[in-house]
Amino acid sequence: MKIMVPIKRVIDYAVKIRVKPDKTGVETSNVKMSMNPFCEIALEEALRIKESGLATEVVAVSMGPTQCVDTLRTGLAMGAERGIYVEAKGDLFPLSVAKILKKLIEIEKPGLLILGKQAIDDDCNQTGQMVAGLLGWPQGTFASKVLLDKEKQVATVEREVDGGLETLCLDLPAVITTDLRLNQPRYATLPNIMKAKSKVIKKFTLLDLNVEIKPDLEIVEVREPPKRKAGVIVSSVDELIDKLRNEAHVI
Amino acid sequence: ISALVIVEHEGGAIKPQSVSAVAAAKSLSDDDNTIAMLLAGSGPSLHLAASRAATCHPSVSQVLVADSDKFSYSLAEPWAKLVHLVHQRGGYSHVIAASSSFGKNVLPRAAALLDVSPITDIVEISGSSQFVRPIYAGNALCTVRYTGANPCMLTIRATSFPVPPVSSDSKLNEAPISQVDLSTFDEDITGKSRYVGHTSQDTERPDLGNARIVVTGGRGLKSAENFKMLEKLAEKLGAAVGATRAAVDAGFVPNDLQVGQTGKIVAPELYMAFGVSGAIQHLAGMRDSKVIVAVNKDADAPIFQVADYGLVGDLFVVIPELSEKLPGKK
Repeated sequence: MKIMVPIKRVIDYAVKIRVKPDKTGVETSNVKMSMNPFCEIALEEALRIKESGLATEVVAVSMGPTQCVDTLRTGLAMGAERGIYVEAKGDLFPLSVAKILKKLIEIEKPGLLILGKQAIDDDCNQTGQMVAGLLGWPQGTFASKVLLDKEKQVATVEREVDGGLETLCLDLPAVITTDLRLNQPRYATLPNIMKAKSKVIKKFTLLDLNVEIKPDLEIVEVREPPKRKAGVIVSSVDELIDKLRNEAHVI
Repeated sequence: ISALVIVEHEGGAIKPQSVSAVAAAKSLSDDDNTIAMLLAGSGPSLHLAASRAATCHPSVSQVLVADSDKFSYSLAEPWAKLVHLVHQRGGYSHVIAASSSFGKNVLPRAAALLDVSPITDIVEISGSSQFVRPIYAGNALCTVRYTGANPCMLTIRATSFPVPPVSSDSKLNEAPISQVDLSTFDEDITGKSRYVGHTSQDTERPDLGNARIVVTGGRGLKSAENFKMLEKLAEKLGAAVGATRAAVDAGFVPNDLQVGQTGKIVAPELYMAFGVSGAIQHLAGMRDSKVIVAVNKDADAPIFQVADYGLVGDLFVVIPELSEKLPGKK
């Protein structure tokens, strides 16, 4: 069985973002970019499944500007066998991403699609659910535990839901989206980084895949959130309780 | 505007976030919007929930009920099909759900079936097709305009759409309840995912996402043992307990307590942070709280820049003192 893992290139988790003065978006030039943390978890899970002998190959996919190839290289250095890069300019919203993934899945025929539950840039949390809908595959979102049964061709997925954990059993092929506590992703070692340089990344264009981008969303503006006004420093627990009771009225 | 609100219910009661979704639907325009609520499930609790839905908000014009065993466990596959089916019959301009784990799971899948782009996690509605949503975990706000075909599909953050208290004359306004005809409901997908089980957190304390008060511990608490002090304080206040990623990574508490960019986003009335330095990833998860209290021994900790009330001091003195002096939950 093959596992496909889409990965997204985003502003690094540790960078403090800056909104562009013209409000068209967030500054991304001269900013450190990395693989989306949830995508790292997805890739790690796929690699662990492969290493346990339940899958034969992990294919990493990325789409967008040319630099996505760097992110794919990171994925290959972590242990994916092959990469697929889809060249696309401009904003790619989740519906388009899901349609592109559907085409790639029709070509590659993986038994499992594992992806991050959301990207830490646009925070949409949509793509996995949408590609599952388009394919008619079952979905296990926000996974904190994944168990595969090769014989029965099912995946048992423990999901992080509001106020607890839910367990589902999904027939393969299926879509799984990863939550934070699923695993701790590995670091790419230097020998593996070197090895990744000779791994194959296949390139597609939207034209090759015959995917039409539907422009049904427009970004009007991006602005900074309102600043909180500076508060006061109190000197004792008694003063704090007094403020909370008589000024803020919250207790 | 004709909106369809996807409703969550449990034990015969409508979840408060679904009533917030109705409030959001109401705010789409100043005109008389028609708002239909869609409930699915099976058994007597579904019908009890439906009767409560009919009077939960004065703007509700219709309650639709899909009664079938297929909906016993809120799975995304049959629910997305149901939304698709109900929209085909009703031709709604908007389909709205709360940004709960249920709404996030179901709505994008339903949007894919309807071939439209959903807009998730909305915090502000400025007209029937223009919405504000946080990006970069709330470090920026993005205004988006929907220009596609009907329906415009949204999930809303319940904390941004408060529900006005139900007035006493709400009994006069009882929306009609009708059954969804499921005779053409397509079965093919519904067997591919099966509910196995559910484990819930201890229900003594409120859920982190909906609690009125949240007390959070950071690395400053130093150990899992010390978190018990915080739990005691939470118990007294009727508050939920949260933690920073640093505290989770250090193994003090499980990850489901994490507040921040990669954890839960909360916006309670009172947020009390103990031994939290205030990393941007953490601030992203709690910056919309109404009142923020920070207690830290380091006077330069960035958390003090967002706190309404700061107290520089030793946690291990302050927490027990607060537990003793604060009034019990109402």
